[in-house]
Amino acid sequence: MVEELLQSSPGIANFGIFFLLGAVLLLIVLGFVTYGILAERKVMGYMQLRHGPNRVGGKWGLLQTVADVLKLLLKEDIIPKAADKPLFIIAPVIAFAPSFMVLAAIPFTDKFQFADIGVGLLYYIAISGMTVFGMVLGGWASNNKYALLGGMRAGAQMISYEIPLVMAVLGVILLTGSLNLNDIVAQQKETAWFILLQPVAFVVFFIASIAELNRTPFDLPEAENELVAGYHVEYSGFRWAFFMLAEYVYLFAMSALITVIFLGGWLPPFEFLGFIPGAVWFSVKFSAVVFVYIWLRSTLPRFRVDRLMEFGWKVLFPVALANIFLTALIKTLFF
Amino acid sequence: MIRTEEMLLNVGPQHPSTHGVFRLVVKIDGEIITEATPVIGYLHRGTEKIAEDLQYTQIIPYTDRMDYLSAMTNNYVICHAVETMMGIQVPERADFLRVIAMELGRVASHLVAWGTYILDLGATSPFIYAFRDREMIINMLNELSGARLTFNYMRVGGVKWDAPEGWVDTVKEFIPYMREQLKGYHDLVSGNEIFLDRVKGVGIYSKEEAINYSLSGPNLRSTGVKWDLRKDEPYSIYDRFDFNVVTREEGDCLARYYVRLEEIEESLKILEQACDQFPAEGEIMAKVPKIIKPPKGEAFVRIEGPRGEIGCYISSDGKKEPYRLKFRRPSFYNLQILPKLLIGQNIANLVAILGAVDIVLGEVDG
Amino acid sequence: MSGEKDLDQLKREAVEKAKAAALAKRQAKAAGEVPGSPKQEDKPAEQALVQDEKPAETAQEQQIQPAQPAETPALAEDGDDLAKKKAAAVAKAKAAAAAKRKAMDLAGGTAPAEETQAPATPAEEAETAGATDDAKAKAAAAAKAKAAAAAKAKAAAAAKAKAGGTDSADASDDDKAKAKAAAVAKAKAAAAAKAKAAGKPGDTAVAETVPAQVSPNQPFLDKYRKVIEENLGSDVLEDSYINKLSKDVPTLVAKKDTYFKLAQFLKYNELLGFDYLSELHGTDFVTHMEVYVHLFSYKNRQSVALKVKIDRDEPTIESLQPIWAGANWPECEAYDLLGIKFTGHPNLHRILLGEDWVGHPLRKDYEPYDVEV
Repeated sequence: MVEELLQSSPGIANFGIFFLLGAVLLLIVLGFVTYGILAERKVMGYMQLRHGPNRVGGKWGLLQTVADVLKLLLKEDIIPKAADKPLFIIAPVIAFAPSFMVLAAIPFTDKFQFADIGVGLLYYIAISGMTVFGMVLGGWASNNKYALLGGMRAGAQMISYEIPLVMAVLGVILLTGSLNLNDIVAQQKETAWFILLQPVAFVVFFIASIAELNRTPFDLPEAENELVAGYHVEYSGFRWAFFMLAEYVYLFAMSALITVIFLGGWLPPFEFLGFIPGAVWFSVKFSAVVFVYIWLRSTLPRFRVDRLMEFGWKVLFPVALANIFLTALIKTLFF
Repeated sequence: MIRTEEMLLNVGPQHPSTHGVFRLVVKIDGEIITEATPVIGYLHRGTEKIAEDLQYTQIIPYTDRMDYLSAMTNNYVICHAVETMMGIQVPERADFLRVIAMELGRVASHLVAWGTYILDLGATSPFIYAFRDREMIINMLNELSGARLTFNYMRVGGVKWDAPEGWVDTVKEFIPYMREQLKGYHDLVSGNEIFLDRVKGVGIYSKEEAINYSLSGPNLRSTGVKWDLRKDEPYSIYDRFDFNVVTREEGDCLARYYVRLEEIEESLKILEQACDQFPAEGEIMAKVPKIIKPPKGEAFVRIEGPRGEIGCYISSDGKKEPYRLKFRRPSFYNLQILPKLLIGQNIANLVAILGAVDIVLGEVDG
Repeated sequence: MSGEKDLDQLKREAVEKAKAAALAKRQAKAAGEVPGSPKQEDKPAEQALVQDEKPAETAQEQQIQPAQPAETPALAEDGDDLAKKKAAAVAKAKAAAAAKRKAMDLAGGTAPAEETQAPATPAEEAETAGATDDAKAKAAAAAKAKAAAAAKAKAAAAAKAKAGGTDSADASDDDKAKAKAAAVAKAKAAAAAKAKAAGKPGDTAVAETVPAQVSPNQPFLDKYRKVIEENLGSDVLEDSYINKLSKDVPTLVAKKDTYFKLAQFLKYNELLGFDYLSELHGTDFVTHMEVYVHLFSYKNRQSVALKVKIDRDEPTIESLQPIWAGANWPECEAYDLLGIKFTGHPNLHRILLGEDWVGHPLRKDYEPYDVEV
């Protein structure tokens, strides 16, 4: 459907349809973020001998995040006097917009996809790399030393970990021969899930993705115990919510991407389970990935900044390279 | 040409990892600290000044508020000082109650130290596990004294309240439980690679430096100085119990971490023995004059608190108020080495080193 | 050494004097006269006292007998001859004191009267005779003894039995030093109580006061003094004594100009090696300021207290920070709260109150100052 629309001539009706679709996706994503945050709080709560939210919206706290977001909307918008005002205002937008843009390329099922881009994977990584501008800008514009340190850390970390992230996925691309995410899923249908064929790549990709998401143990840019709140220390109200939103949309997008690249997307694990719709399979796998992220967050302590760099460049990067080399070797010799 | 500048960063007094209102002005080059200046006094309440107008029994609640994580040892030190001056022999049962209360307090304090330390390093869950177990201790002490944190339990010559019925059995039941939990703590954190990466070889000082800087407690023992006042200058009835003085040789943050955790184990040993030997009945207060007037003169006593040597100096002119009261507050002394340790470290290590010193600001500021 | 002897002598003199006075009194009593003794106006009571003296004597002997077996197990465990002697002395003294007390109780009203008067005499005499700080320490000791005596007088027989019990418990204590200290203190108190309450010369009293003087830490103090005198000369110390109230810690009082030199010596001398500064603080004694430093040697496992008196109006003293890095903050604290200036301190600042605080709160003449009032 989207393909047809893309081919059709531009007009007010088409714009309306696109706008509507965009709004629907935004709502879905916001819905996910709402319950993603709730899930995180609940899972962490149970891991930490607590209950998590349990008042607003029944005993599961179903409306807790909604209430939180409403509160954020009502909060006073504070811009520090010495801040660089235009940059300060635009930074959360720069951070958030790419997180939403990357969703366009992800195939949720074989039918539900917005743009079947030929270089979907590259698109994702390229666009998501822009978020770091928002963080660095936000950190710098705040005119706060903690924020600056956080912004700098964010810059260093994101750039360092983007490389192993891409390198890891190169093995998959070699096996598939395409950067198109649909092709990658199709390839997994023929052979096997890439988590089995490319386990090293998966591990490297997963670790690098945590760093990309700024989640524990790689949450250095906002390390609470060191930098108070890092790059968004001066933000409040809805501007802060944008950073938060970006973070959770990326969690959504990254989990979806991992599902697509390594876990076979909407494919069932076995053929005889094919009667269950792909959307269900996708959400099951997707939820599992999200759960692992949350799990790690409540388990691990934080990396130190110099060790983080070392780990990225001296461990993940060579391992990813070796993986590519090995994959290429095997592919040339045996296939 | 790139121009770089050093930056002055204010860590605290409102900062999640300074354990209260501790402030540290650090000069940083990038993230590397070139100079650190601690600023304290935000919680100074003038305990010593207030005490000059109070009778000895009235001072005890103020001591609760110094090291509020192990108020029992603070309670004890002032009672011990006055008892030493007056030559009061504390009844056996009271001594046992005091030792059990103090050791429970030590375990609770080390639990907080452990939990918050891991929290400082970025892991959230262990903190809550530590607080769960600490809660049990707090509840026991609550049963004993009627307060959860500021116990005001000891008096010159004994203790205020006798143990409620079955209390000692509750403590006894707690010991094996805590041992089990300790194993869990080690499983959860001690072997974690990221954790080891953060603490191993960080904040090292030598034995000589530790002594020179007047460090005490786990901070000193982590360098291999086998010195524990409970063992080496026994007070109360500590000479009746069999326990080890935990030491480590490395002198880094990991060594301090291990010393604390293993000290919990030793405290449990003491608790076990104390519960077994607990006298079935007896007085809990010695015969003490209604108004306590230590003889003219001065006395300085020191005991082993969870954070190190707690000392109490009393200069008495024979009146019912002390002429001068001075507490040797271990956190205050332990913190002195911090600026030296921080030079050349980055911000993340600042948190790790500060956390390993294990300060309580109520004590630092007096 | 010599100072200690002086102290002994002073004390003995004081005791002797007290005894002589008591003897004279007793003789007068025996003669049935009461010349110029205002406190002994109650004649019948006195007579009763005299009459009761003999029964009291026998009572004393009887008391000693049961006291002996109570000690034996304790002694067996202790095994230290000195401690044995001391313990025996204590028991004897106690028994004697108790017996005397009983006699006094029988005698009636005179006993309290005598008690209140008698303790004052040795203390006063010691002060006049000594006129040094030793005398002051002694006076304190006497005051302590007084307190002990008063406490004992309250429940003579019962207290005696109890004291005997705790005594043996003390002796069986693993920590010999502690037991010794306790024994010494008790013996002293008992002896003093006896001398005072009975107010008559007993041979035992003299014998007891001598061992009661020796603290377990006395050899250490002697050693320190010797080493210091050999190396720094004899005029370094203003005073030195054992602080009985503070777990018998050897206390050295330095002169203001020798304070730093002495501190340095205490740390770097191999025989002393006080490498650890446990505590440093100041006190305002109105007449003067005092800095109290508690040092500890991890090598020798020994403590020493170093004190120095400084001028109150111009409280300046060398900093110990160059010797012990740990003196840094405590000195800042002393400066902050008492206004003592430590010369040579690298960063002397008002560590707790802040630089804009007016006055030094722990000085006795401190007036709270509030800008807004």
